[in-house]
Amino acid sequence: MSSIVCKDLRKTFQQGDETITGLDHVSIEIAEGGFVCLSGPSGSGKTTLLNAIGGLDTPDSGEVTIGSTRIDQLSKGELADMRLNKLGFVFQAYNLIPVLTAQENVEFVMQVRGVSAEERAKLSRSILQEVGLAGMEGRRPSQLSGGQQQRVAVARAIVSQPALILADEPTANLDTHSSAQLMDLFVKLNEHHKITFVIATHDVRVMRYAKRLIKMQDGKIVSDELQEQQPMAV
Amino acid sequence: MTALPIKSIFILAWRNLWRNHRRTLIMLAAITVGAWAMIFMTALMRGMVDDMLLNGIRDLPGEVQIHHPEYRDDPSINNSLGAADEQLVSVMEQPPVTAWTQRVRVPAVISSERESRGVTLIGIDPASETDVGFDAEDVKQGRFLIDADDKGIIIGAKMAERLETRLGKRIVIMSQDPDNNIADRGFRIVGIYKAKLASLEEMYVYAGIGTVQKLLKMDGQVSEIAITGDDYRKVDAWYPRIKQAAGDDKQVLPWYEADSYLGSMLAVMDGFVLVWMVVVFLAMSFGLVNTLIMAVFERVREIGLMLALGMRPATILSQILMESFLLLLIGLLIGNTLAILTIMPLQDGIDISIVAEGMEMMGTSSMLYPALKLQDVILANAVVLILGIITSVLPAWRASRYDPIEALNKN
Repeated sequence: MSSIVCKDLRKTFQQGDETITGLDHVSIEIAEGGFVCLSGPSGSGKTTLLNAIGGLDTPDSGEVTIGSTRIDQLSKGELADMRLNKLGFVFQAYNLIPVLTAQENVEFVMQVRGVSAEERAKLSRSILQEVGLAGMEGRRPSQLSGGQQQRVAVARAIVSQPALILADEPTANLDTHSSAQLMDLFVKLNEHHKITFVIATHDVRVMRYAKRLIKMQDGKIVSDELQEQQPMAV
Repeated sequence: MTALPIKSIFILAWRNLWRNHRRTLIMLAAITVGAWAMIFMTALMRGMVDDMLLNGIRDLPGEVQIHHPEYRDDPSINNSLGAADEQLVSVMEQPPVTAWTQRVRVPAVISSERESRGVTLIGIDPASETDVGFDAEDVKQGRFLIDADDKGIIIGAKMAERLETRLGKRIVIMSQDPDNNIADRGFRIVGIYKAKLASLEEMYVYAGIGTVQKLLKMDGQVSEIAITGDDYRKVDAWYPRIKQAAGDDKQVLPWYEADSYLGSMLAVMDGFVLVWMVVVFLAMSFGLVNTLIMAVFERVREIGLMLALGMRPATILSQILMESFLLLLIGLLIGNTLAILTIMPLQDGIDISIVAEGMEMMGTSSMLYPALKLQDVILANAVVLILGIITSVLPAWRASRYDPIEALNKN
């Protein structure tokens, strides 16, 4: 999988009698290995764009291409398979299945993909160690802090070695320290595993990590700039 | 196509089931009580109907009867048949036939010195009769007949009362011989019997078959041959053999055709059991559906997450149905165990003599013996499992149709 190409995306929502424009003819290209932040106030369209890229939502018009696949033309089942096999997701909250342990949550996606139990156990332990959660494999989400939960979600997202991770407000429920740890982990994964990150956020501290910052407002891209990564001091 | 292995679906379903212990336990209690009620009450009803049917079959008597083809329309002496030949006897001596007997049964008039009544005179062979029809234990005064040529007669207690006679007194029996001549004979009352239905005591009088044949000049002929097996429900398995051995010139009927009322009772009972189970299940199903809807409602975001990660809707559906299946299975296991544990100590019978008169009117005894039948247990479990799963499909299907984004954003 290589770059992400969005062409002339339009998405509207009906709220009562009112039609709200989520995406207003948005076109962007994100290169492989990019570290992109989508920023903007609530309702600016950043989550809608993220969902369109992730195949969680279908645009009214326009094209979304990931690598060589036009995902706006895929069926629901094909989209599910694409999300399972090619993408990693980190959401703001409710990232984990509460009845599964940290290791089982990480293994979940691999289980659906049919990876053998031995391979799953080996990979999940190794990834949990990489995200700094060694020794916490058997804990359930309720026994983990918010930051630890997000790291489990990251571990689950990267365990299948996806080319692209989509994160929607990943630090919204985290304190400064946990946010910095999570973003450092993203940077490390971006650098070492060459995973492309697209992060929707309105947190200025998170935006500093971006190599490319796309600002949105009212469903439109209002600025698109390359920048130097400036990690937070933890 | 990717799917979660069944083991993982089981683990997810099992753990989700115990997320809300209290709700699960309440639902388990409801299924347990429902299953128990289905099995226990069915065993009681089945026991009562079994008793009614066995009494009815004993009064017929026999699970299979052989008659002259005209006998049932005109039960006169002219419609008699020859005694069982060797071929028929050899078939009737084979299992599952447990006993058989031959009888003479003709309309007659019984007279004491004070009263006369119309009765059915039954000539029996005491040696074989007690295994098929008349129960010697029913003779409450005097004795049972000694042999086929016994010169005494046994009458019902109610008949003795009507005739204003008693044990040891003589009565006269009058009937017609094959030439339509009056045949009469004096008998000494050697026994007085009590029947479950008082009306039967006025209907039948019993004498030795040899004595009756001699009185009516029947020359060894009989009115009926009654045969009984080890289970009245399985009569269809062996009665065709009897029919074949008896020959085409005789009418051979299983009990449910010989007495269509008895026959219909079994079908009605089976239908009633099913209706009873479905009614109990319907009461239970409201709780089940509510539990699953709540379980799904509480997990909307989680379901959204699973869908977002690439889990197919069919897997979500399977997971919710697995939860329902586990809930039903545990409830059924406990309910079945409870039902068996409560029925086993009652195998010696439940004394319902407080309502015995009413029960006897229905042809049942004053002791109720619960009949735990494997088929009823299977039916109860099948009804709960199959209908339970069908009922669970709606909440499961709704959960599987969630849009991942909407579900993730649900408050």
